[in-house]
Amino acid sequence: MTVTEAQQRAYVAGQAADARVNLEIESEGMTLNLGPQHPATHGTLRIVAKLDGEQVVSCEPVMGYMHRGYEKLTEVRTYPQITTLINRIDWLGSFTNEVPFILAAEQLMEIEAPPRAQWIRTILFELGRIANIILFLGDMGVQLGALTPVFYAFRDREYVLNQIEAVTGGRFHPNFDRIGGLKDDLPKGWIDDTKAVMNKVRDFCDLLEELLLGNEIFESRTRGIGVIPGEVALGYGLTGANLRASGVDYDLRRDAPVPMAWNEVDWKVWTHPDGDSFARYWVRLQETREAAKIVDQLCDDIPAGPIMAKVPRIIKVPAGEAWVATENPLGEMGYYIVSKGDLGPFRVKIKSASFNNISIVPWVTRGVYVPDVITILASLYFILGDIDR
Amino acid sequence: MTLAVELAYWQQTILRVVLVLAAVLLPAGTFVYLFLFKMISFMQSRLGPMETGPHGSLQLLAEVGKSLQKEDIVPERADRKLFKLAPYLVVGTVLLVYIAVPFGPDAYFSNLDGAVFYALAVSSVSTIGVLIAGWASANKYALLGGLRAAGQLIAYELPLILAVVGVVIQAGTLNLQQIVTAQANGEIFGWGAIGNPFILTQVIGFLVFVIASQAELTQTPFDMPIAESELVTGYITEYTGLRFLLFFIGEFAAVGSLAAIAATLFLGGWYFPGLSLDAGYMNVVGPLILLAKITILGGIVFWVRFTYPRLREDQLQRFAWTVLIPVSLFNILVTMVLKVAF
Repeated sequence: MTVTEAQQRAYVAGQAADARVNLEIESEGMTLNLGPQHPATHGTLRIVAKLDGEQVVSCEPVMGYMHRGYEKLTEVRTYPQITTLINRIDWLGSFTNEVPFILAAEQLMEIEAPPRAQWIRTILFELGRIANIILFLGDMGVQLGALTPVFYAFRDREYVLNQIEAVTGGRFHPNFDRIGGLKDDLPKGWIDDTKAVMNKVRDFCDLLEELLLGNEIFESRTRGIGVIPGEVALGYGLTGANLRASGVDYDLRRDAPVPMAWNEVDWKVWTHPDGDSFARYWVRLQETREAAKIVDQLCDDIPAGPIMAKVPRIIKVPAGEAWVATENPLGEMGYYIVSKGDLGPFRVKIKSASFNNISIVPWVTRGVYVPDVITILASLYFILGDIDR
Repeated sequence: MTLAVELAYWQQTILRVVLVLAAVLLPAGTFVYLFLFKMISFMQSRLGPMETGPHGSLQLLAEVGKSLQKEDIVPERADRKLFKLAPYLVVGTVLLVYIAVPFGPDAYFSNLDGAVFYALAVSSVSTIGVLIAGWASANKYALLGGLRAAGQLIAYELPLILAVVGVVIQAGTLNLQQIVTAQANGEIFGWGAIGNPFILTQVIGFLVFVIASQAELTQTPFDMPIAESELVTGYITEYTGLRFLLFFIGEFAAVGSLAAIAATLFLGGWYFPGLSLDAGYMNVVGPLILLAKITILGGIVFWVRFTYPRLREDQLQRFAWTVLIPVSLFNILVTMVLKVAF
């Protein structure tokens, strides 16, 4: 990626501002604790903001209030048990958490799911993405004071969850992915229902484009707020829509070779050059549409065949190490598995997107007003379970 | 009030107190049920309260009962006296505004000559109550909310008053009763079938008034003092039980009081074209007509509230000083020129 001069300047200005902040912290001001219980953090994130009037001098996220010790817990579980657990990391798009773990385990075992399973996995993955991002699209309105969109979001998300439930039996936590394939095949008539739901998702996107994105107040609240240049975004390890909204064309679905069906269909990776809150919202809105498009195309030509590869009855993963990451709704999510040939992994490192995405908050909130902190937090879009794990 | 029976002074006083309370609580209750419970629910594709009474119409009583039962908490570090005083101050100012509003030819609490001046002056006293609440709570969110409210209400007081000046010039009086009469008897370029409700000739003034009162009432898109996603609930954060209820009533009653003033100034008040201006029955029909007009105006306020996102504090100030105030000054200028010309 090439760095423009403007981006370089912005970065240098940011460093200089950093130095100023260190000076100003010494002076008196007001410390405002946003959270751990606060309406804007939708979970238990604590943000310590030092204010000068309503202007933020420094702002630091304090995480760990919801730490559940997943990396440790995986060490005392067998591989099939772990998928139940890691479902709960990003609880809005649960199925997407299982996929990279299963793929990593499959990579160690040197098996690959049959094409039909790959196809259905991809469909469910994208449904999980839609179920996740739809809530963001509505919730951003709530954070900016518009109460109504989130109700439409919950209404239309319900259709998507119904489709997930019809296949997996679980609305929130499917636990459907297995090493070597999937638990079950699709139920009868599911394809047609899903296509109808995808039309509803598209309608929802159109609705929000009119109701929220086209609103002048929304635009004046988000344009130019929380600008992250591409270079800085890369430096802080942002992934997902936050990175693409900063103009970096990077999407693991397209760029990383995993045995999934994304490359079999026609879709587009959207980027936005601005890098502000508006861009992040816009990119996610386009992504939802793109996801609906992917699901539609995949539904059209699911290959026939088995949904399960040949796997031993008791799964023992051979010794070795594997790293697989996928493009989850919140950004890049990956699992690094170290196996010693037992029933369960020796060590699992979980890389979740929100942890990196939230780490840029101190950089991006310097000098903004308190309302903008909320805008920026909302537009960075994190899930607490995904931060703390 | 002229009544058939002569009442002693204390009897009249009690009657007036009861009627003022009715005048405040009736629109407030209507707003809460009609808009906050039902309209918002239908806009958000849900039903709202349905179980308490037919279509949830008794939900209001349930909410009041719930609030009364709650523990009355005063924060340890709060300024106790001021903390307890603030909600009464906010509700009290709303009561005072209604004193100036005429409900019929003889149905009024007080026929003040400077009624417009009085109503606008009194309605801004609630700012002090809000500021007291924010300061006395000993809470940072409350303090930020209170300060925001003070800044906002001062900024929007000016366009509110300037918008009214056009009406005052056109009617030639500050007396609200006479403004109603002037609208009923007025003509638009010789056509007097519906009188001259000033919304037709003062349309700029009306729009500025509605926008400024939206800010004055701290309703979305100008609800930064409350801003629940940023400041929890701003200056109300520390209040519970009865005191919270008083703030709540104060918020909705204030919408009613400003809508009453707007209806009187711009929509013809208690008069409706075709009805008599001084018949006795208007003392009964007039309040109903006024309530209908108040409800329509309140509906607009809440419609906007449930649809729009929130502005930022500095954007709000910029909007007041660079758009609303110049526009309302221009409106006054045009009104003066036309008044002299015709």
